[in-house]
Amino acid sequence: MTTTLPEATPAADDSKMWTARLRRSWERNLPPDKLLPDKQPAYVASWIYVFGVATLAALIVIVVSGLMLTAKGPSWYHDSSLGHFVNSLHFWSVQLFFIFMVVHLWGKFWMAAWRGRRAMTWITGVICFLASVGTAFTGYLIQTNFDSQWIASEAKDGLNSVGIGAFFNTENLGQALLLHVCLLPLVVGIVVVIHVLLVRKHGVVPPLDYAASSVAQSDQAEVSS
Amino acid sequence: MSTRAATTAIDARPWTGPWRRYDIIKEGVVALVIVSILTALFAAIFSSPDDAAITFKEWATSSPEAFQATAVQELAGTSGSATYGPPYNSNSDGLNVGPLYLQKWAGVRQGVDSANSFVIEPLRNGVQSAEVTAALAAWDKATPDQQMAWATAYDTALTDATAEDGSIDMTKVAAGDYGPVPALAAGLLALGQSGGLDGILTNGGKFFSTNTTNPLLFLGDGAYLEDAAVANHLGGGQWGMMNETGAFPGQAWLWLYSFWYQIPPFSDEAQEPFGANADAYIWVIMGLLSLLLMLLPFIPGLRSIPRWIPIHRLIWRQYYKTLK
Repeated sequence: MTTTLPEATPAADDSKMWTARLRRSWERNLPPDKLLPDKQPAYVASWIYVFGVATLAALIVIVVSGLMLTAKGPSWYHDSSLGHFVNSLHFWSVQLFFIFMVVHLWGKFWMAAWRGRRAMTWITGVICFLASVGTAFTGYLIQTNFDSQWIASEAKDGLNSVGIGAFFNTENLGQALLLHVCLLPLVVGIVVVIHVLLVRKHGVVPPLDYAASSVAQSDQAEVSS
Repeated sequence: MSTRAATTAIDARPWTGPWRRYDIIKEGVVALVIVSILTALFAAIFSSPDDAAITFKEWATSSPEAFQATAVQELAGTSGSATYGPPYNSNSDGLNVGPLYLQKWAGVRQGVDSANSFVIEPLRNGVQSAEVTAALAAWDKATPDQQMAWATAYDTALTDATAEDGSIDMTKVAAGDYGPVPALAAGLLALGQSGGLDGILTNGGKFFSTNTTNPLLFLGDGAYLEDAAVANHLGGGQWGMMNETGAFPGQAWLWLYSFWYQIPPFSDEAQEPFGANADAYIWVIMGLLSLLLMLLPFIPGLRSIPRWIPIHRLIWRQYYKTLK
């Protein structure tokens, strides 16, 4: 016995499907040549552009070394020389991450990189920075050494003073541990992905005064014609 | 269309000028390799900080008088945690920013009874001498007013019994009616010196515990932790939050947060209202500054700073050269 499949819905009706809408929006905003470009405007020629990708590279090292520490548990690095080395990798990759990110942030500030409807790229970048500060802070809380004892004891007063301490207790090792290895990295990861996709969507901001010089050129062209 | 809107539209449109080859994947892979090598080099050469945590055994052995005095303050309700307020108890309103009592409004969410949690319960959970057992029974039988009277009297007596260097001299403690308090304090000291308090206070008599609030609060109530931190240049007045033990870099990205604690009025705890509520004011300031940074693209004046200070001329110097 053969069954007859229902006829495919006409393409016109697809336009209202959520899936079709999402696909079209993705194709419109992030076509492959924008997502993985093999060329950039000629003005993208400065060392300052390296710091964005360097920040991402450091983040990858942080995640990999962090996963190794997570797999072996919080006391591993106190008792094992290999564990201590992996902890050192995690420690220094965080230091490099912040150096790269701060240089990247300052670079984007001096470029006024929010121009041309790129404000959301800037805002997500700042959120990345703030979320990273929070994630690093919880990392310092879970060192389970003298430094973490002191930081937990000292930092609680600031958080308590504005009511945050009622929900995030710096002195609760279990809470800080789960925030550090699960929730906060997820937040940083999601915001970083959004930030990078926005950069790819809008492209690299043109030089300051480019718009003014473009207007002047078109005015000149109109006069000569 | 206004000039600003026209400029935004031009800055937003796809680039129509010259292009250059740019291998984004190769750049990413090269960056990852270089950063990985740099990280491994730093890790191999400099290692990372890991000073052992302070234990109650260490504190009770090194500073027995101060340890006992802290235990008595817990019983008398005069310790830092006992008088803290939210989120631990309702014994004060906590800090405020003008009419905003955020600490109080957030409520008591991690209730801590300093006397019972840090002194009485740990003593009950350990094996005690006959003297301490009798002291516990006397404490239990007494009314709360009587308990407070004994503990306050002994707290005052210990505070008054100071040696020339400011430490407590137990031989100078005046005689008085302190009830079972001296025996309870001595019992907790013995428990601390034996190492038993570390486990009891952390686990609170339960098999599993991941909450270290009680031991950290008790440790923070004494001066031993802070003295060790100051010796490691980690004190609040030493840019402590951004420092690390030894010569290692700490959380340098917290420099602005730490900065406010170094300057008046926030550096003077006695100054009302800013110094006395420094934590709350500094958090509000940092919150506002973070918001300002986030919303910079929309703030007239601030968003124009990059135009006024032409560092962009260095960044795009090749582009500007071609314009000439």
